Amino acid sequence: MPEGQGFLFLLALFFALAAGLVGCFALMKRMVLASDVISHLALPGLGVAFLLKMNPLVGGATTLFLGTILVWRLQKKTGLATDAAIGVVFAAGLAIGAAVTPREDLIEALFGELQQVSLLGFLLGFATTLFVVLSVFFLKDRLALSVFSQDLAAATGVKVGRVDLYFLLLFSLTILVGLRFMGTLLASALIILPAATARHLTDKLSHFLLVSSAVSLVSVVAGFLLNIFVLRLSTVGPTIVIFSALLFGLSLIKKRT
Amino acid sequence: MSSTSTEARLLSVSKLKIAFGSLVVIQDLSFEARAGDCLAVIGPNGSGKTVLLKALMNLIPYEGEIRWSHGARLGYVPQKIAADRQLPLHLRDLLEAKATFLKLPGAELEQVSSEVGLTRELLNTSIGHLSGGQFQKALIAFALLGQPNVLLFDEPTASLDELTEERVYELLHSLQKDKGMTVILVSHDLSVVYRYANMVLCLSKGKPCMGPPKEILTPAMLEGLYAAPPKYYRHIEDHLKG
Repeated sequence: MPEGQGFLFLLALFFALAAGLVGCFALMKRMVLASDVISHLALPGLGVAFLLKMNPLVGGATTLFLGTILVWRLQKKTGLATDAAIGVVFAAGLAIGAAVTPREDLIEALFGELQQVSLLGFLLGFATTLFVVLSVFFLKDRLALSVFSQDLAAATGVKVGRVDLYFLLLFSLTILVGLRFMGTLLASALIILPAATARHLTDKLSHFLLVSSAVSLVSVVAGFLLNIFVLRLSTVGPTIVIFSALLFGLSLIKKRT
Repeated sequence: MSSTSTEARLLSVSKLKIAFGSLVVIQDLSFEARAGDCLAVIGPNGSGKTVLLKALMNLIPYEGEIRWSHGARLGYVPQKIAADRQLPLHLRDLLEAKATFLKLPGAELEQVSSEVGLTRELLNTSIGHLSGGQFQKALIAFALLGQPNVLLFDEPTASLDELTEERVYELLHSLQKDKGMTVILVSHDLSVVYRYANMVLCLSKGKPCMGPPKEILTPAMLEGLYAAPPKYYRHIEDHLKG
């Protein structure tokens, strides 16, 4: 492990755990494509932060959460499907992001960068992922009921609209932690791929959550090792995603046998 | 619309209006139901049967008044098609999610499962692998968690074969009889309505009507309700003669 990247590696592991869990419910809510798009909403904020020489994560977080709230409002007010609502916000967000991000910072914003993480940055990231993981477990039953049938969940007493909003915010928090080393283009990949892999391997909820988290953690460890010893890229995102995609491919073989 | 005594009245609906934008689905509907009733809601497609059930559960906005008596606990069995069966959920996952959310004692899940005939093996089966009849039983078990005293059924046997349909209705009937539950049932199957309901509420674009099956399920009333002679009329007429 290169010097000073220990915190980054640990943070990546916490991110992997949160992404594995959040991904399960994103897949069950049929918002896998939408999740890919939500992560791109950070780009305009990153671009503005680069321009103003601010901490990029502050800018990314601002547009990510504003975009998330906007998506939620669009869904509620217009009755658009999640994918359609997010698509509208995404197109505008990506265009603004590409226009304002300085050319020399664009690659970092899109694909992330291997960089040192301060103790404060690490602690904030750790607290965020811990909050996401605990929240997913707290909301697990409400989420399961609402993805099964919104009417049944509402009739049971679940505040379905509120649960949808909480979930979108947890989703955005997870993306935010991953932005630093995965970038806006790849941060959502670790939410999508492990859950899709786990879905091929199990149809029981507790196993689904467990397998998805494990696949996500293995992908991060393998991605870091692959990058340190073989590819030596300036960002670790691509190797993590490649390994995760490989595991997904293996899950397809396993399912057929 | 009904002369229900105040003591036994469980549900009172007054001047109910439900609209989606400019489309008025239900207008000026008033009726009452007593504890222990099996009230069947019938009417042509688009007459607002499902919408009425959702309003009774306070799931959609409405005008007018819906008043449940104190202590009414509702259980809801939706149309089979309204639930996603492709999810990575075992039946036990689903029932446990509701039981945990409502903080029910652990034994209640086992008790309800046994009441509706869900074996341990079925509880550990993916919801996508359940047959139509098993899935319907699962939805009934889901509704029974939390010990409701009112069950709302929306087309409980849609797309089931006749034998399975018969078993589901027998289950409903025994639940109503053994537990003294009130049942509000949306159904297109008029022979079922005749057999199990003691009151029938018919919804149509014209004036809604309510009464015992023998008064409501007459050829003239049905023809007025569905704007065509119902194909199953002969069956009901035979039933009435028998």
